[in-house]
Amino acid sequence: MDMTVAPDLGIGSSIVGKATSRIDGPMKTTGAAEYAADFHFPGMVHAVPVTATIASGRIVKLDSSVAEKMPGVLLVLDHGNVGKLYRTVPGDQNATNSEVRAPLEDEIVRHWGQYVAVVVANTLEQATEAAAAVKVEYEALPANVKASLADYDGKRKSVSKRGDPDKAFEAAPVKVDQTYITPVETHSPIELHASVVVWDGDRVTMFETSQGVVNHRVVMAQVLGLPVENVRVVTRFLGSGFGGKLFPWPHAALAAVAAKKLDKPVKLSVDRRMMFASVGYRPRTEQRVKLGATKDGKLLAVRHDYLNNTSILDDYDEGCGEATPYLYSVANLEVTSGLVKRNMGAPMYMRGPGAVPGLYATEAAMNELAGELGMDPVKLRFLNDTDKDESAGGIPFSSRHYRECLETGAQKFGWERRTPGIGSMRRDGKILGWGMAGASWVALRLPCTAAVEFCDTGRVCVRCATQDIGTGTYTVFAQVAHEKTGVPLDRIDVFLGDSSLPDGPTSGGSMVTGSVLNAIARGAENAIKKLQELAAETEGTPLNGAKVETIAFTNGRLHAKDGAAGSGTSFSDLLKAAKLARISAEGKTLATWEDPKSKGFSLHSYGAQFVEVEWEPEIARLRVSRVVSVIDGGRIINPKAATNQIAGAVVMGVGMGLMEETIYDERTGQPINGSMADYLMATCADAPEIDVTFLNYPDPVMGEYGARGVGEIGLAGIASAITAAVHHATGVRVRELPVRIEDLLESKVV
Amino acid sequence: MQSFGYVKATGTDKALAGFAVNARFIAGGTTLVDLMKLGVEKPSGLVDINLLPLDKIEPTASGGLMIGALVRNSDLAWNSTVKERYAVLSQALLSGASPQLRNMATTGGNLLQRVRCAYFREPSAGQPGGYGCNKRVPGTGCAAMDGFHRVHAVLGTSEHCIATHPSDMCVAMAALEAVVHVEGPNGKRTIAFADFHKLPADTPQIENALAAGELVTYVELPKPVEGAKSAYLKLRDRASYEFALASAAVVARVEGGRVRYVRVALGGVGTKPWRSHEAEAALMGKEATEANFRAAAEAALRHAKVRRDNAFKVELAKRCVVRTLKLATTA
Ligand SMILES: Cc1cc2nc3c(=O)[nH]c(=O)nc-3n(C[C@H](O)[C@H](O)[C@H](O)COP(=O)(O)OP(=O)(O)OC[C@H]3O[C@@H](n4cnc5c(N)ncnc54)[C@H](O)[C@@H]3O)c2cc1C
Ligand code: SF4
Repeated sequence: MDMTVAPDLGIGSSIVGKATSRIDGPMKTTGAAEYAADFHFPGMVHAVPVTATIASGRIVKLDSSVAEKMPGVLLVLDHGNVGKLYRTVPGDQNATNSEVRAPLEDEIVRHWGQYVAVVVANTLEQATEAAAAVKVEYEALPANVKASLADYDGKRKSVSKRGDPDKAFEAAPVKVDQTYITPVETHSPIELHASVVVWDGDRVTMFETSQGVVNHRVVMAQVLGLPVENVRVVTRFLGSGFGGKLFPWPHAALAAVAAKKLDKPVKLSVDRRMMFASVGYRPRTEQRVKLGATKDGKLLAVRHDYLNNTSILDDYDEGCGEATPYLYSVANLEVTSGLVKRNMGAPMYMRGPGAVPGLYATEAAMNELAGELGMDPVKLRFLNDTDKDESAGGIPFSSRHYRECLETGAQKFGWERRTPGIGSMRRDGKILGWGMAGASWVALRLPCTAAVEFCDTGRVCVRCATQDIGTGTYTVFAQVAHEKTGVPLDRIDVFLGDSSLPDGPTSGGSMVTGSVLNAIARGAENAIKKLQELAAETEGTPLNGAKVETIAFTNGRLHAKDGAAGSGTSFSDLLKAAKLARISAEGKTLATWEDPKSKGFSLHSYGAQFVEVEWEPEIARLRVSRVVSVIDGGRIINPKAATNQIAGAVVMGVGMGLMEETIYDERTGQPINGSMADYLMATCADAPEIDVTFLNYPDPVMGEYGARGVGEIGLAGIASAITAAVHHATGVRVRELPVRIEDLLESKVV
Repeated sequence: MQSFGYVKATGTDKALAGFAVNARFIAGGTTLVDLMKLGVEKPSGLVDINLLPLDKIEPTASGGLMIGALVRNSDLAWNSTVKERYAVLSQALLSGASPQLRNMATTGGNLLQRVRCAYFREPSAGQPGGYGCNKRVPGTGCAAMDGFHRVHAVLGTSEHCIATHPSDMCVAMAALEAVVHVEGPNGKRTIAFADFHKLPADTPQIENALAAGELVTYVELPKPVEGAKSAYLKLRDRASYEFALASAAVVARVEGGRVRYVRVALGGVGTKPWRSHEAEAALMGKEATEANFRAAAEAALRHAKVRRDNAFKVELAKRCVVRTLKLATTA
């Protein structure tokens, strides 16, 4: 893999911006890192849900008499005895829940796999066996799990509108009008969801697989009916989430109820089969895209009407139109959405929600438009580039280098050597297909607090109740603490994933880095100020009596501004002399929407994806062989971790383009390929050669570090670049993902 | 998981003696333990055969190879004799599962691996309220017929079961005309490979020719055919860790441009490892040309029966046969 970072554009001379290995790497490789399900407590018992085997109906009888008498069984929870569990306050931004309904709230079944009871026993095996022995009788109703959403005739919401797109489309000399479909995809991180719950009186600690411990805590307080200060949520390490672990799922509250009733620690680990039914998925989308253009390729009209499925009680909107209104310049545009109810579990944000399926559709349509025009698809994008956000009244972008992404990508990929004819490019007996697409993703700075602490041991601690979901958050935080304090990385401790720490953001939307770094920097500055004051005040230390303004802080030492950096005193000696264990200060980040300096700007990251596929018609074998990904994601704090994010997203994109699809049995509503052997994702063997480039322009509006976050944008555009490459190689235009062998067998290219 | 007895047998006689009604031998456990966790297999007892002296690959007096039932798939694939003289087998093994699984999986266990039909693997299949599955409980129907059957078989199916035989190794062994050695309460016997696996017909619950308590001890490969070449090709949705949508094993000898010896077997499309006598007959004595390969492939799939979502396998299998014939007949 190739990793290129444009020359560092300044801000200090520290390791910020330098490829830095994970500070938690050794913990992970030696198994010392404890994930939620790794927590064990004396007397801990195990909970296993009983799941519905129908997709719609009502429970008429739930007989747990046999299960209750089985060895080791302690409790069977169901609707009748679960006690009071509450819903969360609608619209409460601090308490986002995954499902509207409280667990076991009623005896109505709305999707296959819904929890109808929970069995708790001394061992996992006992609980599993007893769960299978709970007899549930249902009165089944016809369930609707039909994949196709095409027959939807309900209401549509206008998400964004300007001009008169229908009239402009009618009049446009060149048109594309196509429907693009993405299937249900299941997040499937390697780490299963789990809750380990320990009560101490009426206070509860929950070891969770959570991408947002602060939100999780508030939700749990509301659902369990507790004061929020009685709840602590811990996620020290996460085996990834891809969005599936953003907000709590019913198993967490059920584990808490069981632990309370039994007065014992309880572990509930959701197994892989349940992971396909009860912890979210990216819903199916059906997106009709209409593009109208002049003969020269200038967009005249864009219409993007999408549907996505949702569950019976939850109104989940995939937001496919996220990037549509601002990516290109066009006077007439409308985006509408429609939610189609199905007897399926609640959908949930998955890496790049909205923008990823949305850009798949709109960028695929752009590629088709280029085909209609006989124009190079890169040129078509140049032509329609814009320097203001037309969806927001023409406000400026904080930092937009979309054109440079396209140019750099084209140059690195060798795009000028592309011959447009279908099947016209060959190498080593294989046909090559080249395709490209643009990418974008929103940026925001979320409000948060971080604490930085100097200890008499010579160590520096950073604290924030955000999470490292496997992306390298621990490390980038340490990098900034190092930059501010000069203390080496191996003496910096970062504490995350605990709701008792200062409030940090949910790890979603690629926003943690861009948000928290500012708070850490402010916290470090504030703590250094305290040290400077302490140095001036502490008797018997070299700077005692000096004016605070004359005291400098360099590489962990306090010294006179006009003296050498090695003079004065180290902060640890100072703390010892002052008889203090530690000195700490908090720093805050102001939300971009509250900050007058960022309010008037449209904040987004950009990217360009170039994909090569190899096609062997003789055996209908198609593989993605090469991807060039150029990302304008603001300043890159840790190129190593960032490259890892983009490369990982590219591999995920190969899965999205060619493999991933959750298949529901339309008779029962069961996700029928719900295992890691049957739900196909890209393996290492499917990973192409990947060349990642960051433009590395700091976004001045994002704050001191100018970082925007790169967790999701790498996935955007990959699928449309793949389908374009597939068309180039095979002549088959696939508009329903994933591209399958069935589709490719129709190719006439030999 | 229900409780079960467990004995670790130290010799073949002990293994056979330890076998009770509804017991299972356990080798690598990669099929069996998985299915026990799913509640598909509910043995009363396990007889662990891993200590039996069946882990060698040895030449036979007649120039063939005797493969112990406990030889791991990885060891067999990387054995130098297998790589040189039975390339098709090495290639087939290496295309299967993942390195971790191949390190555990044994030759005997691979022969006896069970189908990957999603309905068969459902805990409640064949039970009241569960999916119909004639293989699990005869007479309960077949949920795959009108359900998810994209990966199901198009050859050798019956109205009772359309599950694909999932093995890669067995496809190569079918083309190599291996012989299975077994030992049971009534002594030793050998079973020709073609007779080892059974078609579902109206008894899909019976998958092979083993009698209760019979142990697979060896798989014998005959002496390689003089001058023949062999190849295995597996086609699937991703590059690794997936069962075949279609695969082919070919052993062939071409002399003077004509096919003088050929064995063709297909995987991923049949309810058992699918030896295609039709393809072989279409090729014998013919010129080794693409047109004749295509004709052989057509012959192999002539009797294919497709369902709603697996029709593409017919064309895919044909392309697979043609390419594999090319691989095995060109230097
Ligand atoms: C995720 C996954 C992916 C896979 N992918 C592939 C693939 O792509 N291609 C492929 O070919 N295979 C694949 N496999 C199957 C794998 O090859 C088999 O599971 C393996 O070969 C079984 O061998 P084992 O020794 O583990 O058998 P076990 O699980 O120990 O036994 C399997 C069965 O054989 C019986 N048995 C074992 N040994 C004997 C004996 N000597 N005599 C009598 N009975 C015996 C057992 O009682 C049991 O019923 C995959 C498996 C998994 C789990
Ligand atoms: S195909 Fe065979 S294994 Fe699958 S459901 Fe039908 S009978 Fe059962």
